Amino acid sequence: MNATMKAKNSAPPIQVKTLYKSFGDQKVLSGINLEVAQGETLSVLGQSGTGKSVLLKLIIGLQQPDSGSIRIQGQEITGLTREQMNEIRKKIGFLFQNSALYDALTVEQNVAFPLERHTGLPDADRKRRVRELLASVGMEKELDKLPGQISGGMQKRVGLARALALSPNILLFDEPTAGLDPITASEIDALILRMQTEGDITSIVVTHDLPSARTVSDRLALMRDGQILIEGSFNDLQESKDEFVVQFLNRDH
Amino acid sequence: MASSTAADFRGARKTNYPPSIAFLIRFFEWFGELGVFCFKLLRSMFLPPYEGGEFAHQLDELGSKSLPLVALAGAATGVVLSLETRDSLVSFGAKSLLPALLVVSIIKESGPIITGLIVSGRVAAGIGAELGAMKVTEQIDAMEASAVDPYKFLVATRVLACVVMLPLLTLAADFFGIIFGWVTNTLTEPISFRLFIENGFKNVMFSDFLPPTFKTAVFGMIIGLVGCFQGMRAHGGTEGVERAATSSVVLSSLFIILADVVLVRLIQVFFP
Repeated sequence: MNATMKAKNSAPPIQVKTLYKSFGDQKVLSGINLEVAQGETLSVLGQSGTGKSVLLKLIIGLQQPDSGSIRIQGQEITGLTREQMNEIRKKIGFLFQNSALYDALTVEQNVAFPLERHTGLPDADRKRRVRELLASVGMEKELDKLPGQISGGMQKRVGLARALALSPNILLFDEPTAGLDPITASEIDALILRMQTEGDITSIVVTHDLPSARTVSDRLALMRDGQILIEGSFNDLQESKDEFVVQFLNRDH
Repeated sequence: MASSTAADFRGARKTNYPPSIAFLIRFFEWFGELGVFCFKLLRSMFLPPYEGGEFAHQLDELGSKSLPLVALAGAATGVVLSLETRDSLVSFGAKSLLPALLVVSIIKESGPIITGLIVSGRVAAGIGAELGAMKVTEQIDAMEASAVDPYKFLVATRVLACVVMLPLLTLAADFFGIIFGWVTNTLTEPISFRLFIENGFKNVMFSDFLPPTFKTAVFGMIIGLVGCFQGMRAHGGTEGVERAATSSVVLSSLFIILADVVLVRLIQVFFP
């Protein structure tokens, strides 16, 4: 690792300060503070509609905050131009809630899409890289299928392969296990864990799936009313006496 | 960045204006958003890298695949014009003018406008539905998230493909219109194709032919812009996609007709 990279890495990969966002009269985020350390996985929990997904979209610049600061590897990203933001986005992988695969493209083309546009790889190397990526999520046999022809769990795997295509340092997961059966969900969890250990990747997982959050993350944060109500390890959350936290953790028990 | 964060939460906006004012606000908002959209498009269009592969794909998808439809519409126009004008001309004793009338009418107006409207029906609806579906299923967000500019990849390629293909499709409509005009004419009263063409084009100048053909590039721009714009601002699931597709056809057809009025007058002024 050279000197400039080290300097960059000394800042936390993701740092969010007093972030506000509202749509019309509807306040979605009211002063979020977050910091994720290098190699750490943070799960953001909360009810539907509490702005968890909006938080991720702000971090990758799909939406602009009303105020506050977002730093990716030390660089402020609010107010960047599209071209500047795209340079940041190349370091971030994003897995969408419904995978958001390009439905006109095959599985192989979906994963090749970012590679074709951001790497000068020759065709043969790119093909090999796509196959490697798909093999790493167990989808190497479905190259020529269209997204509509594979199951939701398989779409998630392909989405993950696509998110990993540019070897990102940061991964953002929007409800990675939503809509999946428990077995498929735990397979996706296992994949996420493997990606993190293999790649020294920093990630934020937005979810309301508690078992999944517990499995994949080092730290959890529970959101309520556009703010972080509590953050810490799973044990920290369990020890909390806050009525909302207790209610949230104990739904399934 | 994200084009319609506000649109996704339209329900949250205050709606206590009387309906007429609310309509006016929406009307001006639409044009305002269209202006921003065009600005983003222009900005993306001229910055490298260029999406040549996708552009070629769209030329085929939007252009070549519209050819059968346009040819058919052109042919039908030729047949109808020939049938209708024949009787009128006979009653004035000016039957010999029929080829000229048919040719001029097709290349100056019928061919271009029929092509514009037919392609608007096929292509604007297609683009509106495709981009609308991509928007509501977050595929456009996914594209942005992987650092690819959707204005460059999706919008610029489609708008340019429409601009390039419309004049070419118009030529096809003109061609089939004139051929089938002759066929119809010849079935009633045989006339050689050569004589028909010679008579038809006797007084046609290049300036009668080029401006009306190239004005369809403007129709193409309208089709591409409106389809992409309506698609990119779609929101609210399947219903949103349906709205995007319908409004794309309606608005692009309407703007084509309005633009035609202006363009015809401009052509008269600049190519007397």
